[in-house]
Amino acid sequence: MTYKPSDFRGKVAIVGAIDAVSPTGVLGISERDLEVQMVKGALDNAGLKVSDVDGLFGTGMMMPTMELAEHMGITPRYTDSTMTGGSSFEVHVQHAALAIAAGMCEVAVVYFASTPRARGKGLGDMSAMMGMMDPKNPMPMVEWEVPYGNLMPSGAYSLAASRHMALYGTTSEQLAQIAVSTRDWASKNPNARHQDPITVQDVLDSPMVATPLRRLDCCLVTDGAGAVVLTSAERAKDLKQKPVYVLGAGTAHDHSMMISEMPDICTTPGVISGREAFSMAGVTPNDVDVVETYDSFTITVALALEDLGFCEKGEAGAFVADGRLGPGGALPTNTNGGGLSYTHPGMYGMFLLVEAARQVSGQAADRQVDDVNIAVAHGCGGVLSCTSTLILGTEDAL
Amino acid sequence: MSRMLMGTSQVAEPFWKGTEEKILRVQFCKDCGKAHHYPRNFCPHCHGENLEWKDASGEGTIYAITVCHKPGLPTMAASVPYAVALVDLAEGPRMMTNIVGLEDVHTAKVGDKVKVAWEDAGSGKNLPVFEIA
Repeated sequence: MTYKPSDFRGKVAIVGAIDAVSPTGVLGISERDLEVQMVKGALDNAGLKVSDVDGLFGTGMMMPTMELAEHMGITPRYTDSTMTGGSSFEVHVQHAALAIAAGMCEVAVVYFASTPRARGKGLGDMSAMMGMMDPKNPMPMVEWEVPYGNLMPSGAYSLAASRHMALYGTTSEQLAQIAVSTRDWASKNPNARHQDPITVQDVLDSPMVATPLRRLDCCLVTDGAGAVVLTSAERAKDLKQKPVYVLGAGTAHDHSMMISEMPDICTTPGVISGREAFSMAGVTPNDVDVVETYDSFTITVALALEDLGFCEKGEAGAFVADGRLGPGGALPTNTNGGGLSYTHPGMYGMFLLVEAARQVSGQAADRQVDDVNIAVAHGCGGVLSCTSTLILGTEDAL
Repeated sequence: MSRMLMGTSQVAEPFWKGTEEKILRVQFCKDCGKAHHYPRNFCPHCHGENLEWKDASGEGTIYAITVCHKPGLPTMAASVPYAVALVDLAEGPRMMTNIVGLEDVHTAKVGDKVKVAWEDAGSGKNLPVFEIA
């Protein structure tokens, strides 16, 4: 018997979600303690206990799920520390949904904590990887990209933006509107790092980082943590929150950390992950009420909107220019304020996932979009390298 | 610009040897005839392992370009702003590089024709960079 992805549509639901973010950008708690708080908090939100957990999904150094399970006294019968950068948590949901549907675990927690502000350094420090390598067999990136001094990660995305502008006439003003709409959402989120509204001119006036991307085109560097809980659709019915059903999921990658290896710098593997997720869910972009998509940079959002099919390739600039992504717009996007204004602890995928779950289950407070039936959570890890797309929906969407 | 290599791989020895003579070399697959970069013992196009090195023309086209206003490497701090580009070589492969010799660093653009130039990278090796053709 061979299965097809749509056989697993709606079999599993997200039943709990939590995140921890401070408007100061700093949490002042260790990553391990944050992980514990998030696992417990997400279970509390669901109405479940730590002792219910039999599937654990997370990222970190060495053997991360083993470390946290040991620390908390959990003995998972399913464990997964797949690392695809910022999209890891969408990948974990895809894997957890399959594991639960197959009966290999029943209550799965996906968790994340990162405190780059406490570590006191940014994300672009390439020297950290130098100490770990064999000088006779350096990582390809060290040999073929690092000597040219591309500012990472912003320079990689700037290369993509430069070509998108050259091919399609996309303008800095259009990309800036993405940052403006996202900030408008952040103004409704008391935990957002930046809550004061900005204008397109503010973005254009911010310092150039790597042409054509300016500081306000770039995500934040903040501390942050979060977790979601998943269980079977049957068990989800008896829990505290409105279940957020996993209707579709897809993942793809076409290169790793070298932007020079990306086959087409204006087309992400979101074309594949989106196609797979929408196909499994049996819906189209027209059916989507709210989009939570990775916004490491403004160009990341533009490429995702095209690759997921919300607009044609090359048309994202014009598509976003009327403010349709913002509050009251036709396509509410990044409703928590995104990585651009809410939080971005190196890997943002957890926070877009938590926000998507909140929007579908009606827990998004002042920024709740009316009548959300279907949401997209779209992660993007590496440098436009690995995308993972989830289609989430209410009971009515089943 | 101050140049530094942080390691060169065994598989790329013919490449780096070539830079000592300011010759740009790329790897070709004898099975499918296509070239690739970075060097590896496996053809990413046809998945064959029958590879050879050839001298490249040194000509290419800018595929994408950015100007770094902050340095991506501490050793390049004094050189900002500088241009980082992806260049499509005439032989097919794409490589990251710098565009040098520009009076105004912002003038190079996507689609410009470029040709290889060389900067001293120490130990007799040179780093391939590009200038407007």
